[in-house]
Amino acid sequence: MSKLRFTIDGKPCTAEPGQTIAEAAKANAVYIPTLCHYEGLPPVGSCRVCTVRSGGRYMASCTQVVTDGMAIENMVPDLEDMRRAIIEMLFVEGNHMCPTCEKSGNCQLQALAYRYQILVPRFPFQFPGRHIEAVAPKILLEHNRCIQCLRCVRSVQTKDGRKVFAQRDRSKKRKIDVDAKLAAGLTDEEVRKAMDICPVGSILMKEIGFAVPIGERKFDREPIGSDIEKGPER
Amino acid sequence: MKNDKGILHGRPKDPSALLDIIRDVQGRHGHVPEEAVSGIAAHLGLSKAEVRGAVTFYHFFSLEPRGRSTVYLNDSITSRMKGRAAVAKAFEQEAGCRFGEVSPDGSIGLFPTSCIGMNDQEPSAIIDGVVFTQLTPLKVGHLVRALRAGKPAQVLVDKYRDGANQSDLVRSMVANNIRRRGPVLFGPHEPGAAVRKAVAMTPEAVIEEIKRANLLGRGGAGFPTGLKWDFCRREKNPPHYVVCNADEGEPGTFKDRVILTELSRLVFEGMAVAGYAVGAEEGVLYLRAEYDYLRPLLESVLDGLRRENLLGKSIAGSRFDFDISIKLGGGAYICGEESALLESAQGKRGEPRNRPPFPVQIGYLGQPTTVNNVETLCAAAKIIIHGASWFNSMGSANSSGTKLFSISGDCERPGVYELEFGLTVRELLDIVGAKDAFAVQIGGPSGAMISRRDFGRRVAFEDLPTGGSIMIFGPWRDLFEIIDNFMEFFIEESCGWCTPCRVGNILLKEKLEKIMTGRGTRQDLADLENWGKMIKAMSRCGLGQTSPNPILTSLQNFPELYEAAVSKSRDVLPTFDLAEATLEAARLANRRPALEEVAHE
Repeated sequence: MSKLRFTIDGKPCTAEPGQTIAEAAKANAVYIPTLCHYEGLPPVGSCRVCTVRSGGRYMASCTQVVTDGMAIENMVPDLEDMRRAIIEMLFVEGNHMCPTCEKSGNCQLQALAYRYQILVPRFPFQFPGRHIEAVAPKILLEHNRCIQCLRCVRSVQTKDGRKVFAQRDRSKKRKIDVDAKLAAGLTDEEVRKAMDICPVGSILMKEIGFAVPIGERKFDREPIGSDIEKGPER
Repeated sequence: MKNDKGILHGRPKDPSALLDIIRDVQGRHGHVPEEAVSGIAAHLGLSKAEVRGAVTFYHFFSLEPRGRSTVYLNDSITSRMKGRAAVAKAFEQEAGCRFGEVSPDGSIGLFPTSCIGMNDQEPSAIIDGVVFTQLTPLKVGHLVRALRAGKPAQVLVDKYRDGANQSDLVRSMVANNIRRRGPVLFGPHEPGAAVRKAVAMTPEAVIEEIKRANLLGRGGAGFPTGLKWDFCRREKNPPHYVVCNADEGEPGTFKDRVILTELSRLVFEGMAVAGYAVGAEEGVLYLRAEYDYLRPLLESVLDGLRRENLLGKSIAGSRFDFDISIKLGGGAYICGEESALLESAQGKRGEPRNRPPFPVQIGYLGQPTTVNNVETLCAAAKIIIHGASWFNSMGSANSSGTKLFSISGDCERPGVYELEFGLTVRELLDIVGAKDAFAVQIGGPSGAMISRRDFGRRVAFEDLPTGGSIMIFGPWRDLFEIIDNFMEFFIEESCGWCTPCRVGNILLKEKLEKIMTGRGTRQDLADLENWGKMIKAMSRCGLGQTSPNPILTSLQNFPELYEAAVSKSRDVLPTFDLAEATLEAARLANRRPALEEVAHE
């Protein structure tokens, strides 16, 4: 099949048939901010940070497939402000204390806040009463920081397909639940993977929080998105 | 657990049975205990977290005991207007616990729930699956004492109401309140006529007739039914499915309840016609849990249709096979959204899917599926009998036919009306006896709140669209209280999947309450509008895309309401109350706030 042609903010781009806007943008060295999206996992469109506009309609670029001739708006001021608002919402919804967080510097929510130069959110903090769960021997589940991206739900499963993490409740009470027995059966490597896949500091492997010092972590070195904007390595 | 072996015994090890099993366990124990969660998880090959996830998604399922008798008191605005507060207080006094709790002796659990489809006979409650309407504090006292004494809820129903509500299969105090019978839904119907005529046509001709009739989805979205059937039929990979959306949850709507009570034959015929058109052999009626009391009646009607060979093999002598099963919800407004409905029908949490792909492509069990509203299917059956021209001769330019309206609130004759599309709001208000109406909510909370200025506008897809919910408010009502109730509803019913809907609606409601209580500024009004627009734009499904409407439409149509509220605030920064802010610190320091000193400076 031949490649699809489309534009992002006027820049001519191409995409493989079936490719999502987020994937295609990355391949064309255009950065669309994403948060819940994780390459290789089925997209869920939960955070909405990657929302773009085409033909006046808003769509999550991680779930929407490119169609031929699409003219996508990405880095336009009103859309950027709405994305910023979403990031602010995630901050006020939980309890995010970056200076004491084990994930600081590797946290994608924090990195987006820096990229969007958020000093103070426009929304009032909700200060919810949330708990820290330590029901599994190797895992600390820090609900204060969870942003409901569902990466853990999508990725951490037993060999027979049972989900170790699942969604519980709904609306503002919604939270990530863990099957303690199945979680106890995870290997060190699997727990480390779960921790790395979590975009914030919600899933922590016990005893290794500050192995890499703050200041030497991923987003301490360069802002989120810069790797994409440099273009694919040749 | 010994008892639950029985529930699991013989069940297929199929995760799509999850909700059915949970419902049985909930029915037997009043909750889903930890041992049952383990048993279900092991039986279906799921993790315990997944089972808990499904239980906690729905209003009527719970991991904690909900009392030997469980009261779900409707919390819709109409219920509040008709005296809910006094009824709730009576429940709490008699039961000896607050709403959200179980009485100390474990006998009565009290819980609020979103609109249960009884807005024309409020306050109403569902008690152990039985609907009680027009409650009063006096009746509540009697009810709670009898329940506590061990009487089953059903024997406490003192009066059976009209039509099929008094049949042995229903025995309900729910009233139909059919005020106006129109030619489409309530016109004469010879049983079986639609199916017999359809199977004598080609499926393409059936779809063509529905297209020519310009039938638009009656659930509120207004998608062309013929086009939906056509899309579904064109999908190559069988089996195809027909799903009837009997999950009307928009506050203020109850017309599908009346259709299911009085016209279920027509609904099922419509499903068979749809099945024939799209090439399906199976149909599913997804019934909201609130209407579970109608299930015995619906099952018996299905049996009758099978006996008459209008369902089953070789229907009406043709080569068309089709049958229908009923799937129950668990209490969740979001399941009215068609992709969430499909998730729920497959035994999962009722969370919307990403679209595209649309259900016509990948729907029930991953197969091509047409999801249609109860009323839409009835209209389709009638179109097949009487023809597209007949249907087009009624209604307005772009909205053919009639519509069933659920009328509630401040009017003389609440109930169900079948009227032609295109009448003005004023004409509608005259018919239902609401000449002094001040505000009208067209299409439920997700629709629009309009003022007298707009009473000349027409109720039709091209002007004021509605799935049928019309709530009327007199000039003595506090509109802020109504808008706040609607926002509370959306917050409660959001699945919480996406950020703008999960977080944004709470922020909107806080902002609204700041304004209502006289602490708002002009900036807050601008914020309300901007945030509302943002939530609509960024949300993933129809719930979030419409949830700011109560605020946005009232801002537009009742600007004076908001203006008056912000002009009350005199200070530069009215959010800041010095006394309140220093109260806690002063108390901790064991001294009184020195407000006078500040004032004198």
